[in-house]
Amino acid sequence: MAKVLMKGNEAIGAAAIQAGCKYFFGYPITPQNELPEYMSKELPKNDGVFVQAESEVAAINMVYGAAGCGVRVMTSSSSPGIALKQEGITYIAGAELPCVIVNIVRGGPGLGGIQPAQSDYFQSTRGGGNGDYKLLVLAPANLQEMVDMVQEAFDMADYYRNPVMVVGDGMIGQMMEPIEFRTPVKRELPSKEGWATTGTKGNRKPHIINSLFLDPQGLEDHNIRLQKKYKTMKENEARYEAYNMENAEIVLAAYGTTSRICKNAIDKLKEEGINIGLIRPQTLWPFPEKAFQEIPETVKAALTVEMSEGQMIDDVRLALNGKIPTEFYGRSGGMIPTPDAIIDKIKEMLGGLK
Amino acid sequence: MLNDKRIRIIVGHYGSGKTEFAVNYAMKLIEQESNVALADLDVVNVYFRSREKAKMMTEKGIKVISSAIGHDANLDLPAISAGIFAPLQDETCQTILDVGGDATGARVLAQFKQIINFMGYDMFLVVNANREETQTKEGVLRHIEEIERQTGFKITGLINNTHLLRETTLEEVLKGQALVKSVSDETNIPIKYISAIEKVAQTIPSDVDGEIMPIKMYMREEWM
Repeated sequence: MAKVLMKGNEAIGAAAIQAGCKYFFGYPITPQNELPEYMSKELPKNDGVFVQAESEVAAINMVYGAAGCGVRVMTSSSSPGIALKQEGITYIAGAELPCVIVNIVRGGPGLGGIQPAQSDYFQSTRGGGNGDYKLLVLAPANLQEMVDMVQEAFDMADYYRNPVMVVGDGMIGQMMEPIEFRTPVKRELPSKEGWATTGTKGNRKPHIINSLFLDPQGLEDHNIRLQKKYKTMKENEARYEAYNMENAEIVLAAYGTTSRICKNAIDKLKEEGINIGLIRPQTLWPFPEKAFQEIPETVKAALTVEMSEGQMIDDVRLALNGKIPTEFYGRSGGMIPTPDAIIDKIKEMLGGLK
Repeated sequence: MLNDKRIRIIVGHYGSGKTEFAVNYAMKLIEQESNVALADLDVVNVYFRSREKAKMMTEKGIKVISSAIGHDANLDLPAISAGIFAPLQDETCQTILDVGGDATGARVLAQFKQIINFMGYDMFLVVNANREETQTKEGVLRHIEEIERQTGFKITGLINNTHLLRETTLEEVLKGQALVKSVSDETNIPIKYISAIEKVAQTIPSDVDGEIMPIKMYMREEWM
């Protein structure tokens, strides 16, 4: 299929429709508005339904309902809107329903701003909602990867009966890049017949979608079962890209847009004869711990670069477990790090190492 | 370029490359004219607007007009500076209006209808044949119709800006040229420019319709 030039937010919509998403419930917020706009235009043409809900809370509960019926459903928002959805997200996780949630992250806290940020790392990976639940969190760094991931997200959600979150900063939502639609690697997906509320037709007992367990032992058993599922996800789904790791003196850790700026800095430093590596998590949860545990002996320090005041650095530190010193460089509020600023920070670190 | 009307309105499907074209056009025009203004009338997008390059353009002597509360106001509000009237009225000012995407974005022009009609204008439609909605003649014609209906102005020139960013090849540009030519044949709107990144622009045969305009990717950061 020939490449087309698409804007990130539109491409997410197109990928979702390709993946068989028929239902979208959302509420506008910059910088992700092109996505609901695209879905409002395209879903009706594809036998789907688009509803602009009265609020984010309403939208996520519509997702809860649709997911309970076993259909492919998606919602999207940006940071403060995702904050509003947290109650619904933990209910969906608790009730073990598949759905895809897209967060096109903007600066925070609070209403923040409308420029790109990565300050929802904790919100995505620690759960903004209550209870011991986990989302699969995918973090694309370019539009091709994003359309691939969005398509796969629907399969992952169905496979694990778990919400999948796709996190892109505002830049990923707004930028344009050539993309092509490919078929994701096939997974054997379980049937939804045993639980989806599709109507009894008088032939079976009703299926009940629920996250309320009043019996403490029942709830603990439920939690133990969920944890087992999360363990499988951890074993099977952690993904990362390693870049220029051979003979690297410092390893950078960055995801999404920031990883592209880091690569630019790495390439520039390489011309000066300085070898810097990059580990780019493609999944934020599960975090690719193994990548950090297997860094080459040449690496003397790590530098986490984020468009935040420092969130993913916690996971980098946990993964490295004190093996090497770990520093941080970040910009926030919608400011984007420049390759030169990263280079300066690296050189400052190298000065200290020698 | 100097044969174009004093007021040039740049419109097109969003993502067609209007802003990159408008900024490149302004940067080239200021090499030949001393009084050049670029008005960023984009009220649809919040990222990648020409006002982001205000500093670069101002340093070259281009007057940049955008929001009433400054180029850096990151507001998703349709606030346009009244300062836009100055270049529209100033008969010595070469004026470029960079308009937001689709007919929705072009609606903003309606409020300047009287003065623009009085002064005379060119309205250029930027076409990228690799954009979803403008891959066919019918798609482009639909955009022309919608933008003309929404603004009340007529499109006076077509711009073939078919590209895949840094992956652009001559074949892509020529594919777009065939599309734009078919639209031109049907509507009698001339092809005014054929724009492409510099290395591709050099290879475009000189007998194609429209003036070849090499494009610098001002709006795209080096790491993108």
